[in-house]
Amino acid sequence: MITSIILKKLKDAFTDLLPIILVIAFFQIIVLKQPLPQMGEVLFGALLVVAGLVLFVQGLEMGLFPIGEAMAHALARKGSLFWLLCFAFALGFSTTVAEPALIAVSSEAAEIASLGGLIDSSQESLRQYAFGLRMSVAFSVGLAILIGVMRIIRGWPIHYLIIGGYIVVMLMTIIAPEEIIGIAYDAGGVTTSTITVPLVAALGVGLASSIRGRSPLLDGFGLIAFASLLPMIFVMGYGLIIFG
Amino acid sequence: MEFIKDFSKILLATCRDVLPIIILITGFQVLVLRQPIPHLRRLIVGGIYVVLGLALFLAGLDKALFPLGKIMAAQLSDPAFIYGVGEVVMEADWQAYGWVYLFAAMIGFSTTIAEPSLIAVAYKAHEVSAGTISQWGLRITVALGVAFGISLGTFRIVTGTPLYLYILVGYLIVIVQTIFAPKGIIPLAYDSGGVTTSTVTVPLVAALGLGLSATVPGRNPALDGFGLIAFASLFPIITVMGYAQIIHWLNIRKIKFMEKNNAL
Repeated sequence: MITSIILKKLKDAFTDLLPIILVIAFFQIIVLKQPLPQMGEVLFGALLVVAGLVLFVQGLEMGLFPIGEAMAHALARKGSLFWLLCFAFALGFSTTVAEPALIAVSSEAAEIASLGGLIDSSQESLRQYAFGLRMSVAFSVGLAILIGVMRIIRGWPIHYLIIGGYIVVMLMTIIAPEEIIGIAYDAGGVTTSTITVPLVAALGVGLASSIRGRSPLLDGFGLIAFASLLPMIFVMGYGLIIFG
Repeated sequence: MEFIKDFSKILLATCRDVLPIIILITGFQVLVLRQPIPHLRRLIVGGIYVVLGLALFLAGLDKALFPLGKIMAAQLSDPAFIYGVGEVVMEADWQAYGWVYLFAAMIGFSTTIAEPSLIAVAYKAHEVSAGTISQWGLRITVALGVAFGISLGTFRIVTGTPLYLYILVGYLIVIVQTIFAPKGIIPLAYDSGGVTTSTVTVPLVAALGLGLSATVPGRNPALDGFGLIAFASLFPIITVMGYAQIIHWLNIRKIKFMEKNNAL
């Protein structure tokens, strides 16, 4: 019984990985006409990936989803809007501020800004610029989760908020310096890490299901959408203020 | 031995990712909620599984797929491969990059299928919708969006056209679709933009973008290398809403057809 469950999970994880293996093999052998190097290493790595996915999905069901929903229920029962919003902001801010992808992107952005002559190229000003960028992205993700939670509580329709955000992004693109636009657009995508996404999704769905009159499907989703939209606005805003 | 060192480094980094969450949740439990967490043991075991699983997953990718994928991205965008050895090319010919577009689309599709955060959201959506949204349906639709987005993004780098024009048109499509799409799918569609690009997709896609913008004549990596991730997070919104519209339309047609048959 248990072995059949484990076998099924292994098979699922292998199916998830299969497309990547096929694509890489196809391009390596047919297009680039080169042999696959170090077959042993590749096979070993693929085994690790499959085992990792099995554990991750198991952990989602046992740990991340329940804790996210439990926190949402407990905070909703407590009935204090202040603490709920505090939790939402802190969750967004704290998981983003130390995100390695964000640290990498912001220091890269500092290099580009100094190459473009927007800031001077001393180590100190590079560091300061990168730090400011990181803080504004982390702050914007915190604010995004906060707004998303407010939306669930009040039942605001999501499309007005998101489309309004798009319009702001487009307007800011016109006036923002060219060096920051690409980074701003990408910043939206890199902020939400693999551990934050399930937690935030569970928080939203848990909250929507514990407030009367909210549907988990209509109101529970959407938090991640805010977390990928607001950083774009804040990064461009940061650029405008710094380069004014 | 080398591997154990690499693995512990990745494990440590994953733990650091989880640390703020643990501090936050414990802090709130102790200071604000002042209640014991139900099923604490199970939650802790689940948390350990997540961290360990993610670390194994990343270590495996680092070992097996990332090096190969990055080398391939560099080889495919190499002018020697595209124009033939010894050719001197002053201006990029966008038609010569067929393999690059195909590689971008296929690597976008396949990495999205393996993306853990998308697996998590699809799982949740399936549960919440009481089974009407299928996990594989959502994942494949999102992956098709990423495939198209990244492929178009490489085309943009090759041609050097401005990024904002594409994003602007994409936003307009999203706005028009929002008016017509079934209401139930909209929040999930917006979310699917943000979940597609994390651990698996970003490193490979970034390598492709930087490789292309460094080798295509007349492109500046600093300005043109960015933007692929933005494409990968915009187009899934369009495909998910499009998919829901098609399903909705087919259902209406089926109902109308049945009503007509009943009337006869």
